[in-house]
Amino acid sequence: MSRIWKRSKSMILLAALVAGSLLTLTGCHGQKGMDAFVIPEEFDTSREYEITFWAKNDTNKTQTAIYEKAIADFEEIYPNITVNLRLYTDYGKIYNDVITNIATNTTPNVCITYPDHIATYLTGTNLVVPLDELLVDEKYGLSGSEVCFDSPAKEEIVPQFLKECSFGGHYYALPYMRSTEACYINKTYVEALGYTLPQALTWDFIWEVSETAMAQDEEGNYLVNGQKVMIPFIYKSTDNMMIQMLKQKDAGYSTDDGEILLFNDTTKELLYTIAEHADSGAFSTFKVSSYPANFLNAGQCIFAIDSTAGATWMGTDAPLCDISEDKIVEFETAVMPIPQFDTENPKMISQGPSVCIFNKEDPQEVMASWLFMQYLLTNDVQTAYAETEGYVPVTSKAQESAEYQNYLARGGEDNTTHYDIKIRATKLLLDNMGHTFVTPVFNGSTSLRDAAGQLVENTVKSSRRGEEIDEAYMEKLYSDINSLYRLDQLGNRNGMVFSEKAELGELPGTAVILLTSLATVWILMLLYVGCQGIKKRGNRKK
Amino acid sequence: MKKITALLLTLTFVFACVGCGSKSEETAEDTKSEGVMTYEEYMAAELESEVVVETYVQAKQSWWDNMATVYTQDKDGAYFLYNMACSEEDYDKLTTGTKIKVTGYKSEWAGEVEIIDATFEIEEGNYVAEAEDVTSLLASDDLINHQNEFVSFKGLTVEAAGQDDAGNDVAYLYSWDGSGQDGDDLYFKASVDGATYTFTIESYLCDNTTDVYNAVKNLNIGDTIDMEGFLYWYEGVNPHITSVTVK
Repeated sequence: MSRIWKRSKSMILLAALVAGSLLTLTGCHGQKGMDAFVIPEEFDTSREYEITFWAKNDTNKTQTAIYEKAIADFEEIYPNITVNLRLYTDYGKIYNDVITNIATNTTPNVCITYPDHIATYLTGTNLVVPLDELLVDEKYGLSGSEVCFDSPAKEEIVPQFLKECSFGGHYYALPYMRSTEACYINKTYVEALGYTLPQALTWDFIWEVSETAMAQDEEGNYLVNGQKVMIPFIYKSTDNMMIQMLKQKDAGYSTDDGEILLFNDTTKELLYTIAEHADSGAFSTFKVSSYPANFLNAGQCIFAIDSTAGATWMGTDAPLCDISEDKIVEFETAVMPIPQFDTENPKMISQGPSVCIFNKEDPQEVMASWLFMQYLLTNDVQTAYAETEGYVPVTSKAQESAEYQNYLARGGEDNTTHYDIKIRATKLLLDNMGHTFVTPVFNGSTSLRDAAGQLVENTVKSSRRGEEIDEAYMEKLYSDINSLYRLDQLGNRNGMVFSEKAELGELPGTAVILLTSLATVWILMLLYVGCQGIKKRGNRKK
Repeated sequence: MKKITALLLTLTFVFACVGCGSKSEETAEDTKSEGVMTYEEYMAAELESEVVVETYVQAKQSWWDNMATVYTQDKDGAYFLYNMACSEEDYDKLTTGTKIKVTGYKSEWAGEVEIIDATFEIEEGNYVAEAEDVTSLLASDDLINHQNEFVSFKGLTVEAAGQDDAGNDVAYLYSWDGSGQDGDDLYFKASVDGATYTFTIESYLCDNTTDVYNAVKNLNIGDTIDMEGFLYWYEGVNPHITSVTVK
C-alpha cells in the first residue's frame, strides 16, 4: 500500500515557473539556438543510436512494465537503437528537469509531457522538433514505407486529440493517452440521504446532497456513515475544477493568444460558492485533505472527482488501495461525468500525456527518436497502456481493434484487468469525446493553470480557518495569486508560441531593468577596480 | 600587554562557560516564550487553527523555492513542518538541534498532523532528541502519540517487500509497488511479534547517495535489523527511516 504523493509538486512547479521565466529571458534573447531539424534522405541503420525516453507513469507497476516491453520490442525491430528509460510519476518534475537540462543541452530525446509545458520549452530556439513534415513523410512518416512496424496513419490518430498538440501553427507533440475527469459516487449514501442520482449531475445537486450529508448526531457522528469523519465532496485537481466551471459558464479564462482573463467576476462568484461549502466542511480538496479515493473507499466521501486515469483506486473492490482493509466500507459506486451548469451542453476537460521529441545536433539521432515516438502509437502499446487505467487509446486504429473492443466488453469480469469502474470510466470518455475541450496553450499557460487551482486552494484553506471571505479578501487573493505566478508579467510576450527568436520582439521591461542593473554593477565594479589600481600604483610611487 | 591578553582570554573563557551553562539550562527546562504553546496545548489545538511553537530541528527533508519541510521536536513531542517559508540562506542555518519559533496553521493530511503555511525565526537554544524505542508500541494505538518523533525499532526481521518480474521475493521495492527506479523512495517490510510493517526511505530526506538508502538496497529477507527514523504518518504509520543496522 501507499502511493504517497511527493507533496513537493507545487514547489517544483513554482521553481519550474522561475526556471521557465529565466529560460524565456536567456534562451530567447541572444542565445544561439540549434539549427532547425531537417529530415535526412535516409535513416542510417548502419549506425548505433542511444536515446533517452523520459516517461510518466501513475505509480503503477504495470505501466512501467508496458514501457519496458515497448522498448524491448522496438529494440528488436531496430537493433541499432538503444532506448534508455527514465521514469517519473509527476508531470511537474519532468517539466522541471527538462528546463534544467535545456541549459546543459542534455534534454531527453523523447519525452512524455503536456502541451502547456512544451510551450515553455519552445522559448528556446529549435529545441523541440516540429512534427508537421515528419508526420507526412512518405518514407519515415506515420505508416511510411520505410517504417519497420505497423504504425498508424495520420488520419488514424483521433483528430481532436491530434489537434490538441498543435499550437503556434505547428504540431509539436503527438497524443499518447487521453483521459478526462469523472465523478465517482457513493450511490448507496446518496440514496440513504433520500436522493436519486439524476441522469446528468449538476453542481447544485452535489452541493445540496453534500450539505445534507453534514448532519451529525449529538456525539458528533455523521448520520450518513456513523463515523466522525465525512467530507462529502472532494476534488482532486482544483485547477481542472475552476477551468471546467468557467468553461461551462462560458466565462473568461484566457484567450488563444495568451491574454489572461481568469480574474473575473464569474471566478469570484464561483469562489464564494466554494467558500460557503468549504466553511461548512462539505467540500475539500486533495491538497488540503488527501486523496479523494481514500475517503470514498472509507465511506467518508460521497462525491470524489478525479481523473478517469485514477479509476483503479475507486470503489469497495478497487484493485489499488492505500487504506487498510478494515477501513474499507461496502457501497455501490456510480461513475458519472463531472457536474454541469447546463446539462444540455456538457463540457469536460480532455487531458492525458502527450509525447514530444527534442532536437539534437545529429539529425539521424532525431530520426531514431521519431521512430520510437511512432512506436508508442502502435496498437500493442496503445491498448496495453490504456487498459492499465481509465485511459483511451489515441488512435482509432487501436480503439477499434478487436482486442480493445473485447476488453471493453468484459467490464466487471474481474477486479483486475477488467475492473468494472475502470472500464466504466473509460467508456465515459469514449461516450463524451465530443464534449471535451482543452485550454489554450501559450508560454505561461502552465502558470495560469496553477493559478486557477491556487485560487480554489487558498479559498478553501481560508474558509476552513474561519477567515472572512468578502470583497476585500477576493481583491487580495487576486493580487496575491497574480504576483505569485507572475501572471502580471506575462503580458503580450506570451501572445503566441515562439520557436524563432525574431518573433519575440522587444525584451520585456523586467529583463531590461535586470540587464541594465547588471551592466551598471559591472561598470561600477570596473570603475572601482580601476580606481584601486590607480591608487595602488600611486602608493607604489610613494 | 601579555597580562591584558591573558585577562581577556580568561574573561572570554568564563563568559563562554556561563553562556553555555545558561543555554543548556534553558534547553533542559525548555521553557516556552510568552505566547508560545506547550506541546500539550499544540495537541489540544483545533485543526486549521493558528499555532505558535518553539521546537528544535531534527532533520531537514527538502528545500525548494523558499519553502522547507522539516522534522522538529522538543522534549515533549514532535512537529512536522511542511512547506514552511524559508530562504535558502536560512535553510542552511537549520542544522540539527537548532531552536526555532514557528507560527503556522495546524493541519492534517492523510492522518499526518503537521504545521503548514508557517514562518519561523531562529532562537537561542539547542536540543537533539534521542531516538525513543517504540518497537513494543508498533501494534498499539498509543503509537500515534509519538507521531513525527525520532524513534527506533529494534530486532525486526526483514520480510519480502514484493516480487520482481521473475516472481522472486525481493527485500525492497522502488516506489510502493516496484514501479520506480533507483533514486525513488524505497519501501521495505519488517516484522516483529508476528506482525509485519512497512518502512520507507523517503528519497527527499535520504537520497540514493546516503548510507541508509544503500543499506536497504543490500538487505536480505530474513536479516535482523535495528532502525531509526521519524514516525511519519500516511493513512497509518509510515516511518521515514534514516538508519538501518543489520545485526
